[in-house]
Amino acid sequence: MAKEPRTRKAPAKAKASVTAKPTAAPDDFILHSLQETHEKSRKYDASTEEMLHFYEQMLLIRRFEEKAGQLYGLGLIGGFCHLYIGQEAVAVGLQSALTEKLDSVITGYRDHGHMLAYGIDPKVIMAELTGRQAGISKGKGGSMHMFSTEHKFYGGHGIVGAQVALGGGLALAHQYNEDGGICLAYFGDGASNQGQVYETFNMAALWKLPIVFVIENNGYAMGTAVKRGSAETEFHRRGTAFRIPGMDVNGMDVLEVRNAAEIAFKHVREGNGPVLMELNTYRYRGHSMSDPAKYRTREEVQEQRDQHDPIDGLKKVLLEHGKTEEDIKAIDKDIRKIVAEAADFSESSPEPDPAELYTDVLVEEY
Amino acid sequence: MSTQVSEASDAVVGTERRLNMIEAINEALDVMLERDPDVIVMGEDVGYFGGVFRCTAGLQEKHGKTRVFDTPISECGIIGVAVGMGAYGLRPVPEIQFADYIYPGLDQLISEAARLRYRSACEYIAPMTVRSPFGGGIFGGQTHSQSPEAIFTHVAGLKTVIPSTPYDAKGLLISCIEDNDPVIFFEPKRIYNGPFSGFYDKPAEPWKRFDASVVPEGHYKIPLGKARTVTEGEQLTILAYGTMVHVTEAVCKAKGVEAHILDLRTLMPLDIEAIEASVEKTGRCLIVHEATRTSGFGAELSALVTERCFYHLEAPVERVTGFDTPYPHSLEWAYFPGPVRIGEAIDKILKD
Repeated sequence: MAKEPRTRKAPAKAKASVTAKPTAAPDDFILHSLQETHEKSRKYDASTEEMLHFYEQMLLIRRFEEKAGQLYGLGLIGGFCHLYIGQEAVAVGLQSALTEKLDSVITGYRDHGHMLAYGIDPKVIMAELTGRQAGISKGKGGSMHMFSTEHKFYGGHGIVGAQVALGGGLALAHQYNEDGGICLAYFGDGASNQGQVYETFNMAALWKLPIVFVIENNGYAMGTAVKRGSAETEFHRRGTAFRIPGMDVNGMDVLEVRNAAEIAFKHVREGNGPVLMELNTYRYRGHSMSDPAKYRTREEVQEQRDQHDPIDGLKKVLLEHGKTEEDIKAIDKDIRKIVAEAADFSESSPEPDPAELYTDVLVEEY
Repeated sequence: MSTQVSEASDAVVGTERRLNMIEAINEALDVMLERDPDVIVMGEDVGYFGGVFRCTAGLQEKHGKTRVFDTPISECGIIGVAVGMGAYGLRPVPEIQFADYIYPGLDQLISEAARLRYRSACEYIAPMTVRSPFGGGIFGGQTHSQSPEAIFTHVAGLKTVIPSTPYDAKGLLISCIEDNDPVIFFEPKRIYNGPFSGFYDKPAEPWKRFDASVVPEGHYKIPLGKARTVTEGEQLTILAYGTMVHVTEAVCKAKGVEAHILDLRTLMPLDIEAIEASVEKTGRCLIVHEATRTSGFGAELSALVTERCFYHLEAPVERVTGFDTPYPHSLEWAYFPGPVRIGEAIDKILKD
């Protein structure tokens, strides 16, 4: 539909194809060189130990989110709750390549997975979802608005695309302070159509800011499939006008994600300016808990689950590397215990004191 | 009111057609799409998906993709494009999915939509109705609960309309779409499915149990700038709009207070005559809104009442509002100006 002009009258016949534009010389700029490096060997050469760690983290996110969905159903989590199920390899693959206490991360409202991938205690995340005093943001933020200065995690933002410009500022601060850190700024395929994203692209490229823009393309902006909402659906090309190199990455394979992350982060850390990574992924659940997801077929979701699941995929690799079904089951048991404890904690911690309503409005006493 | 029965509707009680606010809004859009080929409905997920609150469900199927269409997630672009469409003679009805998302579009709303008529000496106008769900009560936290109406009433060149019943929602929305000025139409999302008493631990009641859900078929208008008398009373005047109309009504009922409750319906233009007449009668005035207190619309109302009715007042004008804090997630009911605070304010104003 996007291809047809929107007119009350019948659309005029398309003009005969214009002469093809001459393509830019390959040495014009390096927009594709990172992608070429990535394609040479797509998979990160992980040790079994590293793979086990990735597996644990992805499984923790999966089980945590399943539990969050249950708690929502029970009315213990109110309001909005966006689950990360299906996209686990993205946060785990990327964040495992960051330098702890140095690099910063900022994301949108689907933020549980990014926090868990950081190793933040699931208890305080779940308690934030249930809006309790013990939550990581004292219950004041809720599911979409969570922060951790300790981990240089800058949130959790409920306004689509608004965090991208903030990411530009974080990167500018890294550069200004010469601390060697980079910023990882996540957003979605939907947010990619916000104007301020492109204002940030321009500034980031102009000033060679140390920032990695990560588009988690899960195929749907809420209920709008990418092809119905975006003129250019190859999101890794969206930085071309700003001379930002793009990478097109399989976001359903944690080893491919990690491999691409290594290449992108090195490029940015060396002072070459921003990189735009498109992580092609899929969310199994609705946009939020209130979304029946009627805009796609059951078969489509099932196909992703059966053929591309990041956790099943890594499990297969682990089995090939000598791990047994028993080893995997033991991990699963541990994770379930951690998640159950987080849920218990989040249900038993007290509600915030009403006096908290007026704290933190301004820095001073209010 | 109409007694026509729609056979398709399962919400028919007796001979009257009862709709909730979502259905009423949907019907207003449907009627206007049918009547006026210049009317266009656009926004994030309004077409194929039918709107996150279902207000546009079925409209694309019925009216086609050129009349009802999805936009990218680009609020500034949506409003900006709508200004151009309006200036060229169309009547766009853009939806901003939550009022909290309207801020990227403020530049276009304030500097373009609101000002085009003035700076072109009426050469160009920008008719458009920006529909947007607003207000709290659904645990949306700070980015899905706000009531930013006072930002817009502060802008010369914009109208701001807030319905509180399905009947009003349809009639007001049709008036807005036919109006030649840009209108901000805020839909109180807490009362889409039923009025809210403010007693949040009581079960919600659906609209069909209330007479204000009787919605005539076809085209009808409620004029902008005319307040609605919710209850007649001599003890005090209560000025409210949106969700708070129902909360104040429930509190007065529970307390046995006979208040003259005015549902303002449109903040700009404001029915100052109705307000004056009521305050002159009762001598006491309480203003209730959900938005934050400082520079809230209640401040304007309080100033107007004091300026115009000073010698009739027997007690200071009182305001019950949201607190001057971001809309909290977990302390929602502490923030919400609910029955306790409204009840206390009524006691105070009647004692003075």
